[in-house]
Amino acid sequence: MTRHDIAVVLHLFSRSARLQKKRATLTIASIAWGTVTILMLLAFGEGLKRQFSRNERAMGENLAIHWPGETSKVWKGLPEGRPIQPRIDDIALLRARIPECDAIWGEMRSGRTAFTYGRKTVNAAISGVNWEYGDARKHYPQPGGRFLDARDEDEKRRVVFLGYELAEDIFGKEEPVGKTLLVNNSPFTVIGIMQKKTQTSSYGSQDKNHAVIPISTYKALMGRDKLWVLVLHTARSEDMENALARANLVMASKYGYDPKDEHVWGIWNTVKGQAISAKIFLGMEMFFGIIGALTLIIGCVGVANIMYAVVKERTREIGVKMALGARRGWITGPFLLEGMLYTFLGGLAGAAVAIVIVTLLDLIPSEGVKVLEFLGKPTLSWPSAAATVAVLGTAGLLAGYFPARRAAAIDPATTLRYE
Amino acid sequence: MSRVINSGGNVTSEIIHMTGIRKVYDTGKVKVEALKGIDLLVAPGEFVAIVGPSGSGKSTLMNLVGCLDTPSDGRYSLAGEDVSKLGRDELADVRNRRVGFVFQGFNLLPQISAFENVEMPLLFGGVPVRERRDRVAEVLGRVGLSDRMEHKPTELSGGQMQRVAIARALAMRPDVLLADEPTGNLDSTSGGDIMQLFTQLWEQGRTVVVITHDMSLARRASRIVEIHDGRIVSDTVAAA
Repeated sequence: MTRHDIAVVLHLFSRSARLQKKRATLTIASIAWGTVTILMLLAFGEGLKRQFSRNERAMGENLAIHWPGETSKVWKGLPEGRPIQPRIDDIALLRARIPECDAIWGEMRSGRTAFTYGRKTVNAAISGVNWEYGDARKHYPQPGGRFLDARDEDEKRRVVFLGYELAEDIFGKEEPVGKTLLVNNSPFTVIGIMQKKTQTSSYGSQDKNHAVIPISTYKALMGRDKLWVLVLHTARSEDMENALARANLVMASKYGYDPKDEHVWGIWNTVKGQAISAKIFLGMEMFFGIIGALTLIIGCVGVANIMYAVVKERTREIGVKMALGARRGWITGPFLLEGMLYTFLGGLAGAAVAIVIVTLLDLIPSEGVKVLEFLGKPTLSWPSAAATVAVLGTAGLLAGYFPARRAAAIDPATTLRYE
Repeated sequence: MSRVINSGGNVTSEIIHMTGIRKVYDTGKVKVEALKGIDLLVAPGEFVAIVGPSGSGKSTLMNLVGCLDTPSDGRYSLAGEDVSKLGRDELADVRNRRVGFVFQGFNLLPQISAFENVEMPLLFGGVPVRERRDRVAEVLGRVGLSDRMEHKPTELSGGQMQRVAIARALAMRPDVLLADEPTGNLDSTSGGDIMQLFTQLWEQGRTVVVITHDMSLARRASRIVEIHDGRIVSDTVAAA
């Protein structure tokens, strides 16, 4: 393409751009509609994804929860079917042996414990945990309170951290922090209430409904030191695999089982879950994107349609230009430009509408509205904008290309002679 | 203009040199042979009228002479350039440089002014903007429409439209002015004016080929070629 070609095409385009206003407007509107559809679908998908992963992460990230089980293989003269039961001491052992882990803790649990305050008794789950549990499991305290700390654990203090719903069940409108309540008839001081969070995954019970006390206190109170679960937490998800392998070896040598025996532990590795969710959401976004793209393509078919009509209308004009020496590119160029102009204007209008809608939706308060807390808010992201531009650009080019090709195929000899 | 050697061996400089031109239209089922071997030589400065009844093949001949179409067989050189085997874009360039078309239906673009209509072939020919302006003014002056430059074709009379078309045909200073029934859509007065204009252009040294069945126009030509059923049946040089 030479500068002469470009100059001629631009000149012809500027002279022929006598738009058919009504048709052009309708076409641009259909492109705009398609753009709004694709952008809103992608924005909805993005909002859903962000909210879902936030909810999913509400339990904590990069956790491997180990439930103890039984051996299934004979090992060094020991029979199969032996229960493996980790104890509180194992936590220190594992912490010393697994440098990959950010935190390792044990949990002991009772699913139904009586919490008595004044004349009211509520039954709920209680967990005895190491203090590292708090940050890793996102048990952030509300202002005015705190989570368990190392001294609580060392001194076996009778302190309790409450889930916010459980706190409300027990105390109603009263401020719980600092109050004393009875747990299984032993007095405990409430040191903190968990901040609100929307949580979609859990083991045991929902965090908002349980109470947490130091693991040492739990042992003293219940007279047991068998762990319900053992949890590994890594700072980076890619360290989890090594940490798991190492933990298995440490425990296998201590308790004497075949390290290849996969039945000893029931393991929930949330890193895998996170990867699967990411794939599911990618798939969902692609699905939304395809639906949006199809809608947009319908708009582009409209552009192609109007362009075909224009070519037909201007057949004679095209023939005249050819007779006067216009090359094919000079005929097709203005049509391509016109198709792209419609697409561009439609895309621009659609993007503007989508931005307005998303902005307005953002103004609706989601606090307390269950559906919105769960679904999140439509969010426009750069990748979805890029995808929309790519679809629009391609479709716009094609919508101009095919009619332009028809224009170039016009035979001047036959169009010029007859009225 | 290059020189070609005609069949007689004399050195001449023909504008149109057609030998053994055949044109077959293949409609799929039937093959129609529109031209069955045309030999036509037109020298510079000639005024040739091609006449014949409808269906005789004169439109086909006009398309070939004007490089709107290529022959099925035979050789055609236009101003010394062999054009019988050129591709579409090359033919477009040849039309732009060498042929000035005047059509029965004027074929002006209705939405742009007379000036812009005349400017169009200059735009295609890559003539710079300033020179375009001068050339358009010059040719519109030549056809007597200096005061109508900014008018749209719809604001002009039939005779004026045809004169704009002639100005457009002259703009690129073509080797041949090719007119197809140029008076066919005009009343007798305007038609007469246009005929007069063609005669003047010829007298100023331009080569003019007119396809017509209007004998009053044909009689003004220096030579009348008659076509019938795809062949030239007579070729008369008028006694000037």
